[in-house]
Amino acid sequence: MLTKRLIACFDVVNGRVTKAQQFQDNIDVAPAEDLAQQLYEDQIDEIVFYDIKASAEKRKIDLDTVRRVAHHVFVPFTVGGGIRSIDDMYEVLKAGAEKISVDSMAVREPDIIRQGAEAFGRQCIVLSTQVKFVGIKPGLPSGYEVFIDGARLATGLDAVDWVRRGEDLGAGEIVVNSIDRDGTASGYDLDITRAVADAVNVPVIASGGAGTVEHIADGLTAGAAQAAIISSILYSPRFERNLGVRELKDALLARDVPMRPYVAV
Amino acid sequence: MIAVIDYRAGNAPSVGYALERLGLEHRLAATAADLDGCERIVLPGVGAARATLDSLHHSGLIEPIARRVHDDGVPFLGICIGLQVLLDHSEEGDVDGLGWVPGTVRRFPDSLRVPQIGWNAVRVTRPHPVTDGLGDDAYCYFVNSYFADPADPEAALGVTDYGGEFCSIVARDNIVATQFHAEKSGPVGLALLERFAKWDGTC
Repeated sequence: MLTKRLIACFDVVNGRVTKAQQFQDNIDVAPAEDLAQQLYEDQIDEIVFYDIKASAEKRKIDLDTVRRVAHHVFVPFTVGGGIRSIDDMYEVLKAGAEKISVDSMAVREPDIIRQGAEAFGRQCIVLSTQVKFVGIKPGLPSGYEVFIDGARLATGLDAVDWVRRGEDLGAGEIVVNSIDRDGTASGYDLDITRAVADAVNVPVIASGGAGTVEHIADGLTAGAAQAAIISSILYSPRFERNLGVRELKDALLARDVPMRPYVAV
Repeated sequence: MIAVIDYRAGNAPSVGYALERLGLEHRLAATAADLDGCERIVLPGVGAARATLDSLHHSGLIEPIARRVHDDGVPFLGICIGLQVLLDHSEEGDVDGLGWVPGTVRRFPDSLRVPQIGWNAVRVTRPHPVTDGLGDDAYCYFVNSYFADPADPEAALGVTDYGGEFCSIVARDNIVATQFHAEKSGPVGLALLERFAKWDGTC
């Protein structure tokens, strides 16, 4: 059977993984390629890499770091940040990524989703959304609003409407990243994760807030997500004790969450 | 020397990195001349059937690959869309494939979450040099909305369950192809690539 995925997320600045809280106060963790290699050896299911400054600095994504990470990672590898065109996507794929994550750019120019899916296939385009509960009001039936540019700019878009549109345009996966929960270790926002999972037919990835095994299990069961993005729990220096991939998977398997079993090498 | 077919819609670099890790001699092949002297061919793939086939036709590589595979008996490994293009026809974009493996590529039903993305178990149906040692229920990484439905059930070397059983490895003569991404299936996938690199194309 298809198992649920644990995806390690890297917020990369100058080739190094950093860890933020609610999109602020990034602290340095480790070189991206070293952490990627370690997590690959620990049998993480997937890695996602965001060049978090590329968009704001209006520059292209850091392809050197993408390439160096890709050299060590023989599990799927998604890259996002600073992608503005099909040519940008092509360069990232050529550097060794399997999937492209689009976020702010897709809100400004939704057709990039369609173009990317047409050129590289739907499975290649991950629509990442930063969402925040602001209350139900006219034009915002779910009460969750989409934000862009590192959670700084409100778009007026309803989160559920937006992911439906993204799916129609050709997104192959949807990441639901809760701004309020990001880096807080207080658990995923299960309400919006489930609402999105109910609204679309493509896989949904819970993001923002995983601090314990229970949080991850909840995201993958009550939240109805197919995959869970984790970061703090694996490597944040703010955590008293980080957990390893194997430890997490064993604990999830014990809770009847289907996981890829550890392979002896 | 393994030639990894490098075309615009492909993910040749990922396969190249995996072969590099295994210490296997390879080159990315973008022209017919790049196939000279190669003893094995890998056709990787991500993406849509039509874009892949258009890109392959555009590169002028189809004829030279076919000659090496069919006339010279060079062992061939297709990956993901590199499997799907081998069949006669694909429902994706209603496009004709290469027809090396009789059959059709079909879409998963809408009752399932599509694409299938993630690690799923592969059950090997018979002994074969490329899959020996894969073990029972080897978990491999899949990303697919479509799957191969070969006309000859014997062509299915591996099967996987996603709302029903589908063919996840095709094998025929000197051709093997995996629906999953061997280059992205961790130690299990790397071991398969290593066995392919030792295979002489006979079963």
